[in-house]
Amino acid sequence: MLKLEARPQLSRFWSYGSPILALLITVLIGMALFAALGKDPVKGLLVFFWEPIRSGYALGELMVKATPLLIIALGLAVCFRSNVWNIGAEGQFVIGAIAAGYVALLADKSTGPWIVAAIIAAGVLGGMAWAAVVALLRDRFNANEILVSLMLVYVATLVLGYVVAGPLKDPMGFNFPQSKTFDAVTQIPRLMKGSRVSIGLLIALGGVAALWIFLFRTRAGFAQQVGGLAPAAARYAGFSARRAVWIALLTSGGAAGLAGALEVAGPIGQLTPYVPAGYGFAAIIVAFVGRLHPVGMVFSAILMSMFYIGGELAQSRLGLPKSLTGVFQGLLLFTLLACDTLIAYRVRRKAAPKPAPLSPASPASSAPSGTASLQVSTPLTAQPVAHATEGAL
Amino acid sequence: MTPFRLQLANITKRYPAVVANSDVSLTVQPGETHAVLGENGAGKSTLMKIIYGSVKPDEGTVSFNGQPVHIRNPQEARALGISMVFQHFSLFDTLTVAENVWLGLDKSLALAEVTQRITAKAREYGLDIDPSRPVHTLSVGEMQRVEIIRALLTNPKLLILDEPTSVLTPQAVQKLFVVLKQLSSEGCSILYISHKLHEIRELCTACTVLRGGKVTGVCNPQNESNESLSRLMIGAEPPPLQHRELKTGAVALRVKGLTLARDDQFGVDLDGVSLDVRAGEVVGIAGVSGNGQKELLYALSGEDTRAEPAMIEMFGHSAARLRPRGRRRLGVHFVPEERLGRGAVPTLSLAQNMLLTRDNAIGKSGWIRIGALQTHAAKIIARFNVKAGGPGAAARSLSGGNLQKFIVGREIDANPKLFIVAQPTWGVDVGAAALIRGEILALRDAGCAVLVVSEELDELFEISDRLYVIAKGQLSPSVDRAAATVPQIGEWMSGLWQGAATAREAAHA
Amino acid sequence: MDGYALLLGSMLSAGTVLAIASLGLLINEKAGIVNLGAEGLMLCAAIAGFAVTVQTGSSWLGFAGGMVTGAFLAAVFGVLVIWLNTNQYATGLALSLFGVGFSAFAGINYVQAKLPESVQYKLPFLGDLPLVGPALFRHHPIVYFAVALTFALIWFLYRTRSGLVLRSVGESPESAHALGYPVRRIRFLAVLAGGALCGLAGAYLSVVYTGLWVENMVAGKGWIALALTTFATWRPARVLLGAYLFGGVTMLGFHLQSVGVDIPSQFLNMMPYLATIVVLALISRNPAFIRINMPASIGKPFYPGS
Repeated sequence: MLKLEARPQLSRFWSYGSPILALLITVLIGMALFAALGKDPVKGLLVFFWEPIRSGYALGELMVKATPLLIIALGLAVCFRSNVWNIGAEGQFVIGAIAAGYVALLADKSTGPWIVAAIIAAGVLGGMAWAAVVALLRDRFNANEILVSLMLVYVATLVLGYVVAGPLKDPMGFNFPQSKTFDAVTQIPRLMKGSRVSIGLLIALGGVAALWIFLFRTRAGFAQQVGGLAPAAARYAGFSARRAVWIALLTSGGAAGLAGALEVAGPIGQLTPYVPAGYGFAAIIVAFVGRLHPVGMVFSAILMSMFYIGGELAQSRLGLPKSLTGVFQGLLLFTLLACDTLIAYRVRRKAAPKPAPLSPASPASSAPSGTASLQVSTPLTAQPVAHATEGAL
Repeated sequence: MTPFRLQLANITKRYPAVVANSDVSLTVQPGETHAVLGENGAGKSTLMKIIYGSVKPDEGTVSFNGQPVHIRNPQEARALGISMVFQHFSLFDTLTVAENVWLGLDKSLALAEVTQRITAKAREYGLDIDPSRPVHTLSVGEMQRVEIIRALLTNPKLLILDEPTSVLTPQAVQKLFVVLKQLSSEGCSILYISHKLHEIRELCTACTVLRGGKVTGVCNPQNESNESLSRLMIGAEPPPLQHRELKTGAVALRVKGLTLARDDQFGVDLDGVSLDVRAGEVVGIAGVSGNGQKELLYALSGEDTRAEPAMIEMFGHSAARLRPRGRRRLGVHFVPEERLGRGAVPTLSLAQNMLLTRDNAIGKSGWIRIGALQTHAAKIIARFNVKAGGPGAAARSLSGGNLQKFIVGREIDANPKLFIVAQPTWGVDVGAAALIRGEILALRDAGCAVLVVSEELDELFEISDRLYVIAKGQLSPSVDRAAATVPQIGEWMSGLWQGAATAREAAHA
Repeated sequence: MDGYALLLGSMLSAGTVLAIASLGLLINEKAGIVNLGAEGLMLCAAIAGFAVTVQTGSSWLGFAGGMVTGAFLAAVFGVLVIWLNTNQYATGLALSLFGVGFSAFAGINYVQAKLPESVQYKLPFLGDLPLVGPALFRHHPIVYFAVALTFALIWFLYRTRSGLVLRSVGESPESAHALGYPVRRIRFLAVLAGGALCGLAGAYLSVVYTGLWVENMVAGKGWIALALTTFATWRPARVLLGAYLFGGVTMLGFHLQSVGVDIPSQFLNMMPYLATIVVLALISRNPAFIRINMPASIGKPFYPGS
C-alpha cells in the first residue's frame, strides 16, 4: 500500500514536472483509447502531436487556434489568481463577438481600415459588459460568480441565436440563421502572406508581457493576488476586495471579448450560431495547465490548440469523431490535478499493515496546500489550485 | 503493588521536518494529577495524541494498567477508559450540546438517555449546562464544560486536558480545579498539559518536563519553585526585562464611547468603549478571548470603518473612517493576532510580505523595485534575529516565533508613533518572546504609544504601564499596573468592575 | 382546465431531473464536498443510460447504467479530492469539461437512435380521477421516487445517528476526526451516493423525459441543480419544491411558445437560466443567513493529523 507523506517544502521540480507528467499520462490514456477504437495508436499520436507542427503552414494554423485561447487565458489568470472564478468566459466571448460583428456589419465599400480598431474595441467592451453583470451581482448581492457566469453562457448563446435569426440575419442568406459575410475591409490584418495568422498573435504576446509586469512588478497586481491567496491579509493590508473583483472580471471579460472579436472578424468572417467553439472553456484548462503564469500559458495554449487540430485531423485522417478533442482536454486537466499532488506530497510505501493518518509538516506550517483562502462573501466560493511558485519575485 | 495507570516507554515520533517526540518516557499513578510541562513546540500535543490514538508512534510502547496496548484510534482509547479534552474544541457549532456529546460517545445509547446523563453528571460536578442549546450560542467557558462533560460521561480512568485554562478567567480556573480534584479523589488519573507554572504547582503532584521533544526532568511540582520549573522547561532563566521611568507625552489614541454592532452573528457588540494611550506608555488590555477584542482591533486597525467619526481619534485627527493605509500614513502600525493568513501570506516570500504594509520599495506609479525590497527584508531579518532561509523564504517555512519576529519587526522598522499589537507572544518560544517584549519596551522608551491586547495576564503585568480589561464588549476603567492585582483583574474579566452595566451576567464567563 | 392539469403534470416531470440531481448534490454538500462536475457527470450518465436502454430494451437497466456511470465518475472525483486533496472546484470543473467531451464522443452513434416503445404509467383508480389524475397520478415511477427520496433524506439526516455523523463531518471534519470517525470514508460514501443519484437523473432525462440523445442535452441542469442546493439552504424539502418551481419556469416557457405568444423562442428558453440568476442574487444578499445553514466545511480540504 502506498501512502502520501507531506513534503516540508513545496517541490520546485514537480511544479514544472507535473504538467509534463500529466501530459504523458494523457497521451498514454489516449493511445489506449485509440487502440480500443481499433486505430493504430502510434498513428493517432502522430496525428495529434506531429502533424500540427510539421510545416510552416501547420504552425500557422496552430497559432491561429492558440491566439484566442491564450488571450482568454491571460484574462482568466488574473481572475483565478484573485480567487474570482469566472467560468463564463465563453459567454463573454460570444457577446464580444456579437458586438464586434455588429460594428463589422456597419462597414461597407467606402469604410476605411480604421473600422478594424472599432471592431476590436467593440469586442472588448461587449465582453466587459457581460462580465460586469457577474461583477455587479457578486459585488452587490454576494451571488456566486461560478453559477452566474455559467448561466450567462447559456443566455449569451441564446442571444446569439436570436440575433442571427432576427435582427442581423442576412436577407440574401436563404433564411439561414447567419449574418452577411463581413466586408473585406473588416478583416483583421494578417501577419504575413500565405498564413492565416493575424495581428491577434502580436496582441496576445503583448498581453503576455503586460500580464507578467502587472502580476510581478506592480503593487496593483500584488494587491490583486493577495486577495486570492489570503483575503484576511488583503483586508489587513487595506487592499480593496471589491476593486479586486471588478478588475478581475472586467479584465477577463474584456480579454474574452477581444478574442471573440478577433475570431469573428478573422477566420469566421460572419456571425453564425457556431461562433462559440468552446474556447472559453478550453482557456480554463490552458490557464491551469500553464500554472496561471503568463509564460506557462503560452506553452499550454500551444498544447491545447494541438489537441484541437489533432481532433480535426483525427476526424479527417482516421475517421474518429472530433469530440475526441474535448476528451483529451478534460483528461489533461484531470491528470494535471492528480499530478499536482506530487508538489506537496511524496509517495511512500507503507511499512505497517495498519492504515496510519497523514502526518503534516512541522507545527509552524499548517498542512501544505495552495488552497489558502475561502472568502466569506459567497456561499460556494472557490479556492485556487496550488500555486507552487509564486511568480518571478 | 498496583500497576501504573499509564506508562509510556521510549516513545518517538518523527515528522518530515522535525522530531516531535524523542525517546519520551512517562509514568502516571492511579489517582495522580500529573502535569506535562513544556513551552510551545516541545512536543506535548503530539504525545497526547499518541496516548489518545489519533497518532501512531514510530517507536516505543504504551501500557495501560500494566498491560501493553496498541491504541489505533480514539474509539479504542475511549474503550480503555482514556478521555481527552482538547485545547481546540471538537465541537459542532450548529448541533446541540446533547448531540455533540452523543457523537463523542459510543453508539449504543439513545439521544434521550444521553441527555439525561448529561444533566445528572453536570449536577454531580457542579457544571452548569443546558443540553438543548446549540453550541454556537455558548460562551467559550461553557463550550469547555461541554467537552469536560463529554469526557466525564465515559467514566474515564485517565483524563487528559490540553491547555484547559487558556480560555478561562482566574475564577473559572478555580472552579475547574475543584472538579479535577474531585475526579482524582475518585481514582481517575489526570494528565494536565500546560505551560503555566503557578497552576501546575497548585494542582499537580507529579510533573514531566519536555523540551524540544525530549524529557528534561521529572519532579513533584509541590517541591519546586517557579524558577526551578522554568529552568527545566527552557534551560535557563529568561533575562529580566528592564524598566525605565514612565515619561508620557501627548495623547496618541483616544477612543470615545465606541459602540459598534457586531459584524457577524458569532461576534460581540462593542458598547461604549473608551480608552486612551499616550506617547511613551504601554497600555495593556486584558480579557478572555471572545469578549470584543477582535472587534475593537478591527476598528482600530482600519479593517472596520463603520464607527462614527468622533469615536476614534489618532493624534487629534478623526480616524474612524480611515482605511489601513490611511492610518499607516499617520504613523499607526498594527500587528494582528493571526500570523499566517493575516499578518503574512503563507505562500509568499518574506520580501513579498513586506509589501503588505510597507511602501519603501515601491516606486512611481506602483512599480516594485525588487532589489530594494529584498534588501529591506534582509535588514529586518538581521535586526530582529529572524531564523529564515533569507528574504526569499516562504512565510510558512518559518517557525511561529520567527515569523512573529519578522512581522513585529516589519512594523517596528517603520518607526511607528502608535503601535498596536494583539497576542504578541502567543505560541512563540521563550527567546523570541523576550526579544519581542524587549522591542516593545524599547519603542515605548523612544516615545511611541503602545497598545497591547493579550490573554496572557503575566505578559501584560510584565510590560504594561496601565491596564484595562475588556469583558462582553465593554471596557473597564484604567488601572495603573503597580496598583493592579491578579484577583482584581480576574474579577474585572468577568465584567465585575464598578459601574459595569452587566455585572449580573458575570457567572457565565 | 385539462391543459393546466397537464401543465402541472409536466412541471413535476420536468422538475424531477433537477430534484434527484440536486438531492444527490445535497448529500455531497452535507458532507462538505461540492461536486462541480454534476453537469459532465449527468451527461455521461445520460448517454450511458440511453445506450444501455437501446441495447437491452430495458429502461430500468438503463437507469442502473446511469447510476453506475455516475457513481464511477464520482468515485474518481472522490479519490482525487478526498485522498489527494486536490482543489474541489477545479477538479469538479475538470470532470464537467471531461464529461461534456466524453459524452459527445461516446454518443456519436446514438444521435439518431430510437428507444424501445415507452410504457404509459398510470396509478390504478387514482390515475383516472379528473384533473388530479393527469396532474399527479400518471407519472413515471421515478417521479414518485424523487418524492420518496426527499422524505427518506429528511428522515436520514435529522432522525438517525448516521445522518448526524454525516452532518458533523460536513460541519467540522477536524472535530469528527478527533472523535475518531472515519471522515474520509464517510465523505467518499456521500460522494458515491451523490454521483449515483446525479447519474439516475441524467439517465431519466435521456431515457424517459426526452427519449433521445443529443450532444450537451443536459443544457445546464447540472449547474442549476448545484444552485438549487444553495437556494434551498440545504434542506431536502425545499430542494424538491425549488426543483418543481424551476420545472414550472421551463414549462412556462414552452407553454408560452405553444400558445403563440409573440416573444422570440430564444428569450423564452432563457427563462430558467435567468430565473436561476435572479433567485441566486436574492438569496445570497444576506451572507449571515447562508452561513448559518451552510455546512461549514464545504470546499475546504481536510487533512487528518493536523
